[in-house]
Amino acid sequence: MSLEIKNLNVNIGEKQILRDFSLEVPAGQVHAIMGPNGTGKSTLAKALAGHEDYEISGGEALLDGENVVGMEPDEIARLGLFVAFQYPVEIPGVTIANFIRAALQARLPEGEKIVATDYYKTLRAYMDELKIDRAFSARNVNEGFSGGEKKRCEILQMKMLDPKYVIMDETDSGLDIDALKIVAEGVNNMRSPDRGFLVITHYQRLLDYIVPDVVHIMWDGRIVKTGDKNLALEMEEKGYDWVKEELATAGA
Amino acid sequence: MSVATTTSDTEKFSEENFRHHLDAFWLNVPWVQELKQQNWKTYQELPLPTRSDERYRFSDLRKLKLDGYRPAQEPTEAQKADAIARSNLVGEPAGKVVFGDNFLLEFEGLSEELKAKGVIWMPLQQAAIEHPELVQKYFLEEENQLGSEKLLALHNAFFHGGSFLYVPKGVEIEQPIAAYYWSIECGEAIFPHTLLVVEDNAKVDFVDYYGSLDTGCCSTLSCGVGTIYAGQGAQVFRKIVQNFNEEALSFQLEANIADRDSQVKTIAVNLGSKYARLQNHTRIVGPGADVKMYGLTVSKDEQEFDQRTLQIHEAPHAVSDLLFKNALLDSSRTIFSGLIKVAKDAQQTDAYQTNRNLLLSKTAEANSLPGLEIEANDVKCSHGATTGQVDESELFYLMARGIPRQTAYQLLVFGFFEEIVEKISNEELRENVRKLVQAKFGNEM
Repeated sequence: MSLEIKNLNVNIGEKQILRDFSLEVPAGQVHAIMGPNGTGKSTLAKALAGHEDYEISGGEALLDGENVVGMEPDEIARLGLFVAFQYPVEIPGVTIANFIRAALQARLPEGEKIVATDYYKTLRAYMDELKIDRAFSARNVNEGFSGGEKKRCEILQMKMLDPKYVIMDETDSGLDIDALKIVAEGVNNMRSPDRGFLVITHYQRLLDYIVPDVVHIMWDGRIVKTGDKNLALEMEEKGYDWVKEELATAGA
Repeated sequence: MSVATTTSDTEKFSEENFRHHLDAFWLNVPWVQELKQQNWKTYQELPLPTRSDERYRFSDLRKLKLDGYRPAQEPTEAQKADAIARSNLVGEPAGKVVFGDNFLLEFEGLSEELKAKGVIWMPLQQAAIEHPELVQKYFLEEENQLGSEKLLALHNAFFHGGSFLYVPKGVEIEQPIAAYYWSIECGEAIFPHTLLVVEDNAKVDFVDYYGSLDTGCCSTLSCGVGTIYAGQGAQVFRKIVQNFNEEALSFQLEANIADRDSQVKTIAVNLGSKYARLQNHTRIVGPGADVKMYGLTVSKDEQEFDQRTLQIHEAPHAVSDLLFKNALLDSSRTIFSGLIKVAKDAQQTDAYQTNRNLLLSKTAEANSLPGLEIEANDVKCSHGATTGQVDESELFYLMARGIPRQTAYQLLVFGFFEEIVEKISNEELRENVRKLVQAKFGNEM
């Protein structure tokens, strides 16, 4: 059981962003991808989620063996992939409670209905855990939220939807240390042998709180280096120029 | 009571029908007779709006024909019972009145407690007889600058339904008062009328519902008038729900007069008619007034919604804020034309006007004509109109959580209206308005 990405090539318009990108995240593990801005980290997340602006010109993304390339975003999500976005979108007029409820309803067989009392009980419990004011359930999705509130709301959705694989796209950006700890704890509570995580980040700091099993360094649309959690520390210490130099040396 | 108000062979607004109308409904009310006679004369003299009238710019005047309509007759007992049974937008109103083809079908007056405080609420016809001085003071006093003079004259000549509310100083009515106007017989005309006189520091919440008993292809004419007089510090919240069938021709002429520190909030929910014209003429006459005007329209098939508004600031330090949202399906059309007028002495005015159109079809057409006329030099005014489609990034976000495209689309479209629906404070009414809006979409999405 794994999230396996094989030779994925992704373009935005004329520009190729991911180049033969390959990676396997087995269930039960947390992998981290680090890399400088513009290297294609967010493209990876959005392409896997099925965003139509990201054209996949080759390769596969296998969710427990099923290739999701070419599927609609909602199908991919219902198969068990959850992407926590770097910039969650504001949805005017749709409350958090109605939004998550519609997402859960979509996962039920036809004719079955969400039991409202159970639903709200679970929702409130997770909101408490993530220190989100319960009144937020009646607020429009992300509308007027601070950066930290938006990210906590992403984690709330993740918990409610109980996915098999999670991609977190720079969830740490824009978070202060308290919010970061809350988010990390929310993720850590969800770690299980049945679930895989791919944590995309620019900074090593997040990985102090969500400790990864494997760390990958991404550069120019592909993985260039893989190691254990110490690679992240090394990366932080030496900076991205170190990778650049290593690559130049290897290429020479 | 059964009164023939038309002769069988004159199916129109004729002299003969007009005489019948006066004799049948206003025999002993000379002041109303006189007023009606003047208006009948005006109606006959005035032409229908023409292409050259700027106030009808973009309107499809072919839809605006009065031929084939006549004053309504009394409904049958079965129709009456049906109309009464369907008048249920608010479960526990402070008062309720039901009209069918202008005839009073049901009246549940206000509580004895409110009556003891001096609140008067009754059918307009009764009020014209029992409280002539009070009614005359306010009745049809507000001039209408937005066109439809001929329709207004027709209304004045033929109205006999409608209700009159007078709330004395400081009296607050918490629950909404509901008035229902049903169009019943094909080819007949109704003339709804709501006159709200809310004295200083009084408070009221009023809802008018306009509907057709026949949901099919029966064409009727409605020409309604609604007027709010908000005294100093008064709080008036008025909602109108226009839900006629798609063959109806409807005119709704609204006027609001807001005095010092009053708060006036109006919401117009526009769903029905093949051509529906809504005019809202708001005049701020006292400093510190705060007027909010909201509109929510779902247009589909070949419907046309023609919305004309005027925000006149005659006094300083007041606020008016208008937001009209239209969602358009099929080959329907909407027109929004709004003008903010700020008089020379109305300094420190805050006046805003926004029209947002959501195009859900390639063949729908939304027209916007926002305007400003400002004579004062220290004001904050803005106007803006946007026309767009469902936001792709919002759609993707919802779908990325597993919500199918069609459901996500619906959530976003209904979400578009929530900004207005959530302003309805009565929970039951809010939910019923949501249902009406959703029903309008049916299987369209």
